[in-house]
Amino acid sequence: MNQAIRTSWIVAVAMFTLLFGSLTYVQFIGAEALTNNPLNRRTVLQDFGENRGSILVDGKPIAESVESDGPFPYERVYNEPNTYAHLTGFFSLSHGATQLESAMQEQLSGTSDSQFFDRIAGLFNGNMGQGASVELTIDPQLQQLAWDLIPEGQQGSIVVMDPATGDIMAMVSKPSFDPNLLAGVNTQVVNENMQKLINTPGLSPYINPATQELLAPGSVFKIIDTAAALESEKYDPDSELPNPQNLELEGTTYELPNYVSGQCSSRTVADFAFALAHSCNTAFANIALELGQDTILKEAREFGFGQELFIPTRVVASQFPEEDLNEPQLAQSAIGQYNVKATPLEIAMMTAAIANDGVQMKPQLVQSVRAPDLRIIEEPQPEVLNTSTSPEIANQITEWMVGTTEFGTATGAQIPGVDVASKTGTAELMQGTTGNNSWYTGFAPADDPQVVVTIVIENVDVPTGSQLTSPNAKKLLEAVLNK
Amino acid sequence: MSDVLTAPKPRRNSELMLLILALAAGIGAQFIVAMGAELPLDNGFVMTNGIFAGLALAIHVVLRIRAKYADPLILPIATALNGIGLAMIARIDLTMPEAQHAAGSQAILTAVAMVAAGVVIWLLKDHRMLRRFTYISLVASAVLLLLPLTPIGVPINGARIWINVGIGTFQPGEIAKITLAIFFAGYLSTNRDLILLAGKKIGPLQLPRFQDLAPMIAAWLVSIGVLVFQRDLGTSILFFGLFMAMIYVATGRISWILIGLAMIAVGGFIAMQLFSHVALRIDSWVNAFDPEVYDRVPGGSGQVVQGLFGLASGGLVGTGLGEGRPGLVTYANSDMIIASLGEELGLIGLFAIVLLYVLLISRGFRAALGTKDGFGKLLATGLSFTIALQCFVVIGGVTRLIPLTGLTTPFMSAGGSALLANWIIVALLLSISETARRPAVTGPIPSTDEQPKVLTQQQTSSRRRPADGEVGHA
Repeated sequence: MNQAIRTSWIVAVAMFTLLFGSLTYVQFIGAEALTNNPLNRRTVLQDFGENRGSILVDGKPIAESVESDGPFPYERVYNEPNTYAHLTGFFSLSHGATQLESAMQEQLSGTSDSQFFDRIAGLFNGNMGQGASVELTIDPQLQQLAWDLIPEGQQGSIVVMDPATGDIMAMVSKPSFDPNLLAGVNTQVVNENMQKLINTPGLSPYINPATQELLAPGSVFKIIDTAAALESEKYDPDSELPNPQNLELEGTTYELPNYVSGQCSSRTVADFAFALAHSCNTAFANIALELGQDTILKEAREFGFGQELFIPTRVVASQFPEEDLNEPQLAQSAIGQYNVKATPLEIAMMTAAIANDGVQMKPQLVQSVRAPDLRIIEEPQPEVLNTSTSPEIANQITEWMVGTTEFGTATGAQIPGVDVASKTGTAELMQGTTGNNSWYTGFAPADDPQVVVTIVIENVDVPTGSQLTSPNAKKLLEAVLNK
Repeated sequence: MSDVLTAPKPRRNSELMLLILALAAGIGAQFIVAMGAELPLDNGFVMTNGIFAGLALAIHVVLRIRAKYADPLILPIATALNGIGLAMIARIDLTMPEAQHAAGSQAILTAVAMVAAGVVIWLLKDHRMLRRFTYISLVASAVLLLLPLTPIGVPINGARIWINVGIGTFQPGEIAKITLAIFFAGYLSTNRDLILLAGKKIGPLQLPRFQDLAPMIAAWLVSIGVLVFQRDLGTSILFFGLFMAMIYVATGRISWILIGLAMIAVGGFIAMQLFSHVALRIDSWVNAFDPEVYDRVPGGSGQVVQGLFGLASGGLVGTGLGEGRPGLVTYANSDMIIASLGEELGLIGLFAIVLLYVLLISRGFRAALGTKDGFGKLLATGLSFTIALQCFVVIGGVTRLIPLTGLTTPFMSAGGSALLANWIIVALLLSISETARRPAVTGPIPSTDEQPKVLTQQQTSSRRRPADGEVGHA
């Protein structure tokens, strides 16, 4: 019997050994992953009610912690909440933190590495628990203007950025929400508010549509086709492109048409200037079929597709299909349909690369981080993200994009005395729906680009879409150029 | 095992020293909690801890009088675990509304359980007395297990394992653990030879006869019954594990283990298919971090995931007692107390606590090796193995090693029935260890109602030869 008792003891000790292992895993090896899990409320709880740093726009707080009479010493307050909600995100006891509130958590709460000595000093001078403030690159007038340009009830996003530095000057999306609704201490009320927000059509309070919503880019993607064509050297700027009204593909019954009521049908052979200005589908579909999927995919990557970014908030990777496409699928992908998906920011970045002589700068949302004593502790510098194409090709495409504004699909964006480079797009949504995603992307002045504007209005009919894109882009471009 | 024949020593003074250390740990922890929360060190604090320390010392005195050769580690370990548990429960009370405070009742129940342990040690001069109650224990187990299904049963969260005893609820299953162990020990030690010798041999496996399988099938049915009617997966695993360990020790046959595992597999598979709560448990274990599973009601993984977050936030050294947020986890002071302890005491603290369990059960197994009667061996092994298995099921569940089942952490979780049962187990182990360590007895093994005669030390050392390699005095 004793041998069996010893064996039982060994089994028991083996069970405890497993426990030592699993405890070590949970509390030591895997602890960091658990701490960073989005379901983990402890991080928020740690800082809830603390004197968190402010998020500033031109020196004015859009998110700040003010003293409170409630159960916590401070409460989080958002000013102009709807205009900035998608940038600040929210800081909620029961739903965690999102966007800048989450991405800049360490700086705002004063726990970042660069604030280490402040914390030590705080032990002695009593200046405890105040986090750093985060100044954004956003221009408040421009942000307000962009906000006003999307009518209430429409779903859409606008991104305005400086192509030379990557600084984001405005970034708005509608529908928006009031993060104050989620910042309260009464969990039950907050939960009810959250439920209402989630049920709002077109709104997800957790994401910033300008950086995290993937949309079919439609014809604005033709900029990448053009760059790929010129880089391949199979084409030159004077190439004649076949431009049939319908592109018939061998072995299939599929036909890709040019836009029926547009100018494209007037020519069966077009040059780049004409094809880009009038956005002729079949011309670009032919280019993609000639160059092949890999060439287009590679070009898309050079313009930032497939790249997840943190600016410092998360920007999801835009997608060009990597699985093998058949000819109809590739033809559709060439005009930004099928499974091509891009964020509004990616389209702005693509345009900025053309504007900036082919060099794509990393987008920046944070200008500086300041300690409570106003000392700058972080100041992100302009950073090259990709070399997308050569200066010659970029300038060539710019010239053609100017044509789009002068006599093509973006005449609504014309500014007297200034050359504006534009490209528009109309992406069809799922079959069976009448709505389209209406795009504008462009920059000005063409010879010395100061500003890139990208607008997308989702799920609209074509006339409304074109009213809300090029003319509004003109207003935003003018607002920057007239400063 | 080496047969070092040292002269048997009572080691009661060592026990006293260790006991003082254990009390210092438990009461010290209480003190830190009270200081951290800026609670007054009033009469209540002094009285609670005074009674706790007094009772621990009282058991020590009972051992000095009635069982002076009993193992010197068991009592201090149980005291330390219970004391730390009390401190943690008092600390978690700070996060809860007054109506849910548990520290006061836990202190009273600790006192009751410790008195019960003292009484058992006092009355049970020789554990073999219990063998007379083999079949009474069987009846008692059946009654205890059926009680929650009668009208006095109180279902809580779908599990029918509590009964209303007027002043509160009681979990008869905890006591049934002990009565079942007594029954199995009695039955197996009596019928051991029969089970061992009969049966066909196929290859290396000696298969049992069908009629000898009867008790195993009975145990299996009891476990399944607990699972089906009381919806208590944890206790069901515990009962079956207890029986498997005991029948293995009784026969030394691997075949029993294989049959048992096959029965678990069949039972588990049927349970998965038939009972949604079992399937939900498994799903919320595998997909714990899926937000949908996390929020699901009932059967969501929120509790275990929150527990994991708590453990992770504790890290290596913990937040310190009173500095964490154990209140975020549901049942922080009972099923999930390990997560609370891990958060505030850290990995180092939990290692220390788990090591205490390892030591405790090792002393229990040591008593099983030392005692010479089959009944005592089986009983000590069964009880020690139960504690080990219970720790495994609870801590494994909390750390997501295995699916979470609602079981108490021995000596620490809030809950009187478990405390009472565990302190009685301590009393029984102490009693068995006394026979194991007591200097050898002359003549044949005495009948159960006869006091064994004790030899003097010289006689013992001259007579004791490593004849059966069973005993080495620790």
